[in-house]
Amino acid sequence: MDWGSILNNTLAGFLTPTTIAFALAALGLAMHFGFAGLLNFGIAGFMAIGGYGYAISVLTFGFPWWLGMLVGILGSVIFALILGIPTLRLRGDYLAIATIAAAEIARLLFLTTAFTDVTGSADGLFGFNTRPDGSGFQNSNPIPAGTYGFGPFTYNEQTLWVLLFGVIVLAVAVWFLWALMRSPWGRVIKGIREDEEAVRSLGKNVFAYKLQALVIGGVFGAMGGIVYTAAQNISPGVYVTSLTFFIWTSLLLGGAATIFGPVIGAVIFWVIQAFLSNVLPELATSGILPVSTTQASTLRFVLVGIGLMLLVIYRPQGIFGDKRELTFVK
Amino acid sequence: MSSSKKPQKTTDIHIGDAVPGCKKKDPMVVIDHVKKSFGGLTAVDVEHLEIPSGVITALIGPNGAGKTTLFNLLTGFDTPDTGNWSFMGTSLSGVPSFKVAQMGQVRTFQLTKALSLLTVTDNMKLGAKGQNGESIFRALFPGFWKKQDEEIEAKAMELLKRFKLDAKKDDFAASLSGGQRKLLEMARALMTDPTLVMLDEPMAGVNPALTQSLLDHVISLKEDGMTVLFVEHDMHMVRHIADWVVVMAEGQVVAEGPPETVMKEQAVIDAYLGAHQETDLGEVTGRINIIKGEGK
Repeated sequence: MDWGSILNNTLAGFLTPTTIAFALAALGLAMHFGFAGLLNFGIAGFMAIGGYGYAISVLTFGFPWWLGMLVGILGSVIFALILGIPTLRLRGDYLAIATIAAAEIARLLFLTTAFTDVTGSADGLFGFNTRPDGSGFQNSNPIPAGTYGFGPFTYNEQTLWVLLFGVIVLAVAVWFLWALMRSPWGRVIKGIREDEEAVRSLGKNVFAYKLQALVIGGVFGAMGGIVYTAAQNISPGVYVTSLTFFIWTSLLLGGAATIFGPVIGAVIFWVIQAFLSNVLPELATSGILPVSTTQASTLRFVLVGIGLMLLVIYRPQGIFGDKRELTFVK
Repeated sequence: MSSSKKPQKTTDIHIGDAVPGCKKKDPMVVIDHVKKSFGGLTAVDVEHLEIPSGVITALIGPNGAGKTTLFNLLTGFDTPDTGNWSFMGTSLSGVPSFKVAQMGQVRTFQLTKALSLLTVTDNMKLGAKGQNGESIFRALFPGFWKKQDEEIEAKAMELLKRFKLDAKKDDFAASLSGGQRKLLEMARALMTDPTLVMLDEPMAGVNPALTQSLLDHVISLKEDGMTVLFVEHDMHMVRHIADWVVVMAEGQVVAEGPPETVMKEQAVIDAYLGAHQETDLGEVTGRINIIKGEGK
């Protein structure tokens, strides 16, 4: 067993565009579920709309990269409004069903062959990050070509540019959520999570607050999809329901009702993923695990599922959650 | 139990005879032809009812009489099939509940709704109206709301002291006892600076030690110029603090008047307070033999 390369690959999981994308999406779920109590099982749909909004507006309409990203964000706002206006009056568990269905509708619209010339159908889209006319995301890369960093954190100039961009977006999102949740607005949102009728009886427009929370969390999800897409091609196979559950795992790992929890949760999730995807096939090759290497690499998803179950049973408030919350979990 | 101050009852509230639907000298809420059915069951069917201003009105009646439903209709938590009703001259038909609350009509709930995972202080501060920081754009910059928030906090502390919850201010509301939650809910309602306070069974599940202080709080609401409408099953409390009593049964108002007179009406006693109100519970169930004439 090559422990050196396992360690190297595991540490690399700390900072990748995917980790940042997960952190952003988990932050969106923290807004939805952790603070506002909205059970959103369709975060993958918000991510898909962000990513596709960016890719399609660059490829089909020839927008510059930043405008394309804004289109992706705008798309998620519209998606949140369409989803929220009829469903936010529903009880929590019905909202969960509606969101999971809406995310699937979004994914299937990107997958169907009816719009192949725009969405690329099952093949997805590519070539939007670098444009021949110089309007692409990588064309604006200020970092000179070369390799940077050390050890497991060695990146070429393209990845480094995505990371830099992603970290800035993440920092802005974290600040935004923190600033909102310490304000009276955040107090109303947390009140709605606890009992919306009580908040309504105090003269607050609960529906408007829930819609605002849905839009903000959805925008964070879309930004996650955009960072993810800025690093690679886009394909509908990524935005499946299991992506939603991986993000839920990241969120619950860190703590649903915290600001930094989702970020740290996403990092821990990807470090563990990187570790397992390296160590399990190695174990299989060296005969310690009685399975084939292919089976071994899918075994990690089984472990994620078990981990998620253990987490919600034994530590529902997450790593960074308030200990007192555990005492009073409903 | 001895109250230091004897509650000052308000009299001379109505015009003409104290019959169901009688006119009041200074009505705050006027209800006309309000009807609400759930399937085949008519929960509320009120021809005409006026809730007087500046006094404490009790709404009593047996279980299923439609008291809570009437509460829900008045506060916009439910919509009636027909009818209209007004609050201080403004029609409330079709007005959503949060706007009703903004107009100064605040309610509490039969099953207390404390916001469990918010601290007691945050529960209180949530009640304050017209907060700048509750708009999403201003919320981002504390300059817009910091000063106002401090004022709200000071007001919350004052109320918490009055309700003897100040020692609990940093605890989660979930850690409060049932009675303390009732107090918190009432205190939180007062944060909205209401003109009409509607209490749905404020005494339900409260231990006798807290009852007296809750009673005093309700009376002090009136002294502070607020109008109170409450639903209650405890007849002693109703007699003690209410200036006016409205009796409901099967969705209709069947009697109203000052507590002393209404509770003496034989029909009201028999049908709505129970014919055995003065008898010992043991005698009613027949499980304990009561020796007559003992003690008195």
